[in-house]
Amino acid sequence: MMMAKRSSIIVEHLKKMQMNELLAKGKRVDGRGLVDYRDLRIETELIKKANGSAMVSLGNTQVIAGIKVELDEPFPDTPDKGLFICNAEVLPTASAYAEPGPPDEDAIELARVVDRGIRESEMIALDKLVLISGKKVYAVFADVSVLNTDGNLFDATSYAVVAALLTAKIPRYEVKDDKLIVTDESITLPINTVPVSVTMARIGSSIVVDPTLDEEACMDARITISTDEQGRVCAIQKGDSGTFTIEQLEYAANIAVNKGNEMRALIKSLCKLG
Amino acid sequence: MSLMSEEGLRVDGRRWDELRPIKIEVGVLKNADGSAYIEFGKNKIIVAVYGPKEAHPKHIALPDRCVLRCRYHMQPFSVDERKNPAPSRREIEISKITREALEPALILEDYPRTVIDVFIEVLQSDGGSRCAGITAASVALADAGINMRDLVAACAAGKVGGRIVLDINDEEDKTGEADMPVAYLPNLKQISLLQLDGKLTLDEYRSCLDLAIRGCMSVYSLQRDALMRRYFASEVDV
Repeated sequence: MMMAKRSSIIVEHLKKMQMNELLAKGKRVDGRGLVDYRDLRIETELIKKANGSAMVSLGNTQVIAGIKVELDEPFPDTPDKGLFICNAEVLPTASAYAEPGPPDEDAIELARVVDRGIRESEMIALDKLVLISGKKVYAVFADVSVLNTDGNLFDATSYAVVAALLTAKIPRYEVKDDKLIVTDESITLPINTVPVSVTMARIGSSIVVDPTLDEEACMDARITISTDEQGRVCAIQKGDSGTFTIEQLEYAANIAVNKGNEMRALIKSLCKLG
Repeated sequence: MSLMSEEGLRVDGRRWDELRPIKIEVGVLKNADGSAYIEFGKNKIIVAVYGPKEAHPKHIALPDRCVLRCRYHMQPFSVDERKNPAPSRREIEISKITREALEPALILEDYPRTVIDVFIEVLQSDGGSRCAGITAASVALADAGINMRDLVAACAAGKVGGRIVLDINDEEDKTGEADMPVAYLPNLKQISLLQLDGKLTLDEYRSCLDLAIRGCMSVYSLQRDALMRRYFASEVDV
């Protein structure tokens, strides 16, 4: 996967100069304000073979997530918890520079950061996914694929998993004499909170929310902060080869909480959850 | 078992703002251009730096600066259950964030078209090994004589038993509420690594970051001492 293709040093420097000039006036190349997201669209339940699914587009970044739920044995050290496994990849459809093959370090980071945000927020009540303690639990697999890249894969991917989990339906089982009998009924996943990831890029001294691919090519450093409904920070990942000051991190955390609340309401309404 | 005693002591007897014992040694490998060994609590990590050297394969070379490559790798015997020696997804992610934590300290523009390799080998792991690895790697880079803007000192803080504490060990990492590894450039006052696993309120986030940076400053003075011992042992009393 290539998040940004560095075309040539000169073009990159010219782009960076133009971007910095605009940012100094509080503007962005695509006309957005510094803390504005691009248009977010979410379509859920589009894959009928999956227990849950969501197609998310954030500007031109497009991502599809599917949830498959299976029965499995719990991990020996957590006999009373269901399983949640999240994976992300960038498909060769995503850009001219994406290649098929084993995931590279960018794809691995993407998958791990998205997984961490959802896991650490305890979005899914894993203790309610136990059918027979120590023996049978629901295993929730979330697989996300990036179909088209235009920056901020972290948020698009995370929103897709969250939307697919929020709208997933899983079969209900009845336990009789330690045996599981599947019923015709389906239930929703037990949800504790809706985590929202907010990714920001530092370009020079400006911090912009939801960077595009062009902005990512010019950024000095990136930070992804996930928050829960109580406004707590649940996961952070700083990325790219630049640094932040304490003041910039303070600013980023506040933006993550405020913008997170806004995006949470939007995601819920797009998933038709009110 | 409780992670915090009534007297406010932690599982290993430390106070909330106390680091584990740290020992840093510079120049421990003969063949490497730079090397360092660190003991950070029970962590034992050795780091080798090779370069700047010609880029192989050639196409990875950059015309205006040097390429930094990092590999964080755990020995199969470094953890309780044998770890498969092939690089795991966790190790690949840590290699990436380690590189990104070190890069801002290096003046890579001084060595165009070359490569610097940093190999971090975890011989024994005890929680916080990424921070210990970054700390040692930064010293090894200095030992290799690479032009640097600053050292990089790393240390984690977190929340254990309801309290914000410095330098989380293995046990606290597994059972505690939050772990926040931080890498800091002490003279430039810049943060080059920040991760968080676990829930913190905004206030807790602030105090956690503040405490981690204070920890980094203590780590920094040990890094300096180690370098002074290696290069100026006859001139200074250290």
